[in-house]
Amino acid sequence: MEEQKDKISPESKEAGRRNFLKLGFLAAGLTVVGGGIEKVLSTEKKENPDTTVFTRDGKVFKADLNCLHEYTAPAVSNEEARRGIPGKKFVMVFDLAKCDGCKKCTEACQAMHFTEPDREWIKVFKMKDAETTAAYFMPKPCFHCDNPPCTKVCPVGATFKRQDGIVLIDDDRCIGCRSCMAACPYSTRFFNWSEPMQPEAVAHVTYSPEHGFPRQKGTTEKCDFCPHMIRDGKMPACVNGCPMNAIYFGDQNEDAVTNSAGTTVKFSQLLEDNSAYRFLEELGTEPRVYYLPPKNRKYPKPDLDSEGKEQKKDAKKPDMNKGMASMNM
Amino acid sequence: MEKPKYPDSNIPAELSEEVIREDSMRPTRNWGLSTKIWLAFLFSVAGWGLYAYVHQLRGGLGVTAMRNYVSWGLYISTFVFFIGISHSGTLVSAILRITKQDWRMPITRIAELMTFVSLCFGGIMPIIDLGHPERIGNLVIFGRVQSPLMWDVMSIITYFTGSTVFLWLPMIPDMALMRDRLTDTTKRFDKFRKWLYTKLAIGWTGSKSQWKRLELVMTIMTIVIIPVAVSVHTVVSYIFAMTLRPGWNSTIFGPYFVAGALYSGSAIVILAMVIFRKLYHLEKYITYRHFDLMGRVVLALTLIYAYLNLNEYWIPGYKMATAESHLLHDLFSGSYSSAFWLCQFGTVLLPIIVMCFPKGRTPGSLAVVCTLIAIGAWVKRYLIVVPTLLHPFLPIQDVPSDWSQYFPNWVEWSVVMGALSGMVIIVTLYAKFFPMMSMWEVVHGAQVEESKRLAAEAVAHHEIEVHKSETAKAAL
Repeated sequence: MEEQKDKISPESKEAGRRNFLKLGFLAAGLTVVGGGIEKVLSTEKKENPDTTVFTRDGKVFKADLNCLHEYTAPAVSNEEARRGIPGKKFVMVFDLAKCDGCKKCTEACQAMHFTEPDREWIKVFKMKDAETTAAYFMPKPCFHCDNPPCTKVCPVGATFKRQDGIVLIDDDRCIGCRSCMAACPYSTRFFNWSEPMQPEAVAHVTYSPEHGFPRQKGTTEKCDFCPHMIRDGKMPACVNGCPMNAIYFGDQNEDAVTNSAGTTVKFSQLLEDNSAYRFLEELGTEPRVYYLPPKNRKYPKPDLDSEGKEQKKDAKKPDMNKGMASMNM
Repeated sequence: MEKPKYPDSNIPAELSEEVIREDSMRPTRNWGLSTKIWLAFLFSVAGWGLYAYVHQLRGGLGVTAMRNYVSWGLYISTFVFFIGISHSGTLVSAILRITKQDWRMPITRIAELMTFVSLCFGGIMPIIDLGHPERIGNLVIFGRVQSPLMWDVMSIITYFTGSTVFLWLPMIPDMALMRDRLTDTTKRFDKFRKWLYTKLAIGWTGSKSQWKRLELVMTIMTIVIIPVAVSVHTVVSYIFAMTLRPGWNSTIFGPYFVAGALYSGSAIVILAMVIFRKLYHLEKYITYRHFDLMGRVVLALTLIYAYLNLNEYWIPGYKMATAESHLLHDLFSGSYSSAFWLCQFGTVLLPIIVMCFPKGRTPGSLAVVCTLIAIGAWVKRYLIVVPTLLHPFLPIQDVPSDWSQYFPNWVEWSVVMGALSGMVIIVTLYAKFFPMMSMWEVVHGAQVEESKRLAAEAVAHHEIEVHKSETAKAAL
């Protein structure tokens, strides 16, 4: 797994810091950063004050390390985490014509959330609706439904719908009854049946429903649309991780969605032009995730037999390595 | 073999008050060796179940066979089954009381006890199933009334309270009697019993006003407990029916579960009747007439249950909508088909046929039929919970092999068997402390029979007199 490092912001007073943040969020080293992880700067770095720093919009410059200080993600209170980000309505769009089933989104997600290898918060299904219809790949995150069956049945309000459209889980409140798992028609939720495996680095972080770790035995977990990233003005892990630029994410109120290539398009126009649909619309759950039909696909379709079952994998399948990366967490 | 004989009377009129009391109280006086061995066996099974539960608390629910697809398994199926059999007491006691079926008198206590114990353990099954049982207080702190699980919590607590009161109220005059009869309290154990009876009798003296009050409270409880019982199993079904899953997304789940509850609950009452009749020598009281009548009750309930089964499977089975068809194929002809059809034919249809015949309603054949029904009801609960979870809308792809199948492992079996023996422990202890028949009601029943007999005799005597005088007139 890639090593994650903390953001650094200038030591200079609050105002300066805020200005600096406006430029974009700093990342030391080369990786995009998960929030909530404290203390990464090593003493070794202090001996070498000149550090290359680059901003989210790609500007690179050198800075004296003494001018930088450890950045901790803004602490989000439990109330704020339950309320959501004011004025937003997050949406996700998957262009199935572009999806080649490489599972890079799943890998990025698993790295971001330190999930166990078998927990695919975003899972790439090989779909075939009928014998006569075409097979296609369908990545499926949590749909963050506007009429969520899961939050309705929760007896303690441990899973909840926020005003920004995101459905989250508060592991500190969850009693582990698994009503939400029974209620979710999309099999989106996972349960921590045993003591979860997680790296030391996150095992002692302060818990927030916004990033979901450290995870606890006996509670549920699922895709969370990476609210800790969104708060930092960044994209969810899966969006950034998609090499095909097939995933768009954005704010419905702004009517704009962006993919990993940085292309921002008009959300309503994207749906209009591509005859977008939502999965199992007839269930009335009002998902916040849209799909663009796999029309004119440029990549090979999944290998499925007529009954929709997966064919035995060819050992020489070229993208085998891609799938392995997520496993050595 | 006993030959079927059907006495007309509800309670043999020739039995005197003293005989009835003696027959009811005798078993409470001797704690034989067999009782102790039996209790030791039950406690060791319960202890093993407790060990399994502690093991589960330590390792998490991961020590069970449940995984992310089958996230509810044997525990929830057993929860539904136990809550189901708790409907027995209400049915026999309240419904028969309200319809003035006097033959119920010798069996009401057995029925009410079954309700009490099955609720005790039915109620803890979902707690055993929790990932964080120590956070149960969150139900109070953060409780949401919009959640079907919350409805369960509220209605089960209400029903448990109600049926405990319903079990206890008719015990009051009996407790007072036992309190008064227990004069020798030199042994510490007898001292404890005296204390227990005194507490439970809450100062009963048998005055006219007390009888009047008891009758009034009993009437109110009888009326109140019936809708509560119906609501309990209705909302138990709602934890399934309020989801969108094929197989659970059904509008008849409420009545379907209530019918299933009554069907299995009344069968359990008959089983308990058979057992206590033999053990406590109550053949004089629980007669072939009672089995015949209870057999008719179970027959009627099984017919209702069969009718609802037909609706539940025939309607979607005729239409075979995409999502449902995967589940239905699995039930009708797939991996669950043998269990499914054995349930339908062996534990619904076969009992109906057997119970249609008078010989099928004798204690021996009812014991077999009701055992089948009890097992069938339990398996059916499992077939409602598990196969549905294995047929979600999205296909199960690329998951660890233990996610895509389920069969309870030793932990779950141990915990459930432990709970079952916990139930039997309570029944055994109850039967060793308290009379298994409501003595005053049976005495009252016998008196009613006696006065009926006297009235009939008087009528017959009068007719003879009239006849005599008429013949005398004719002769003149």
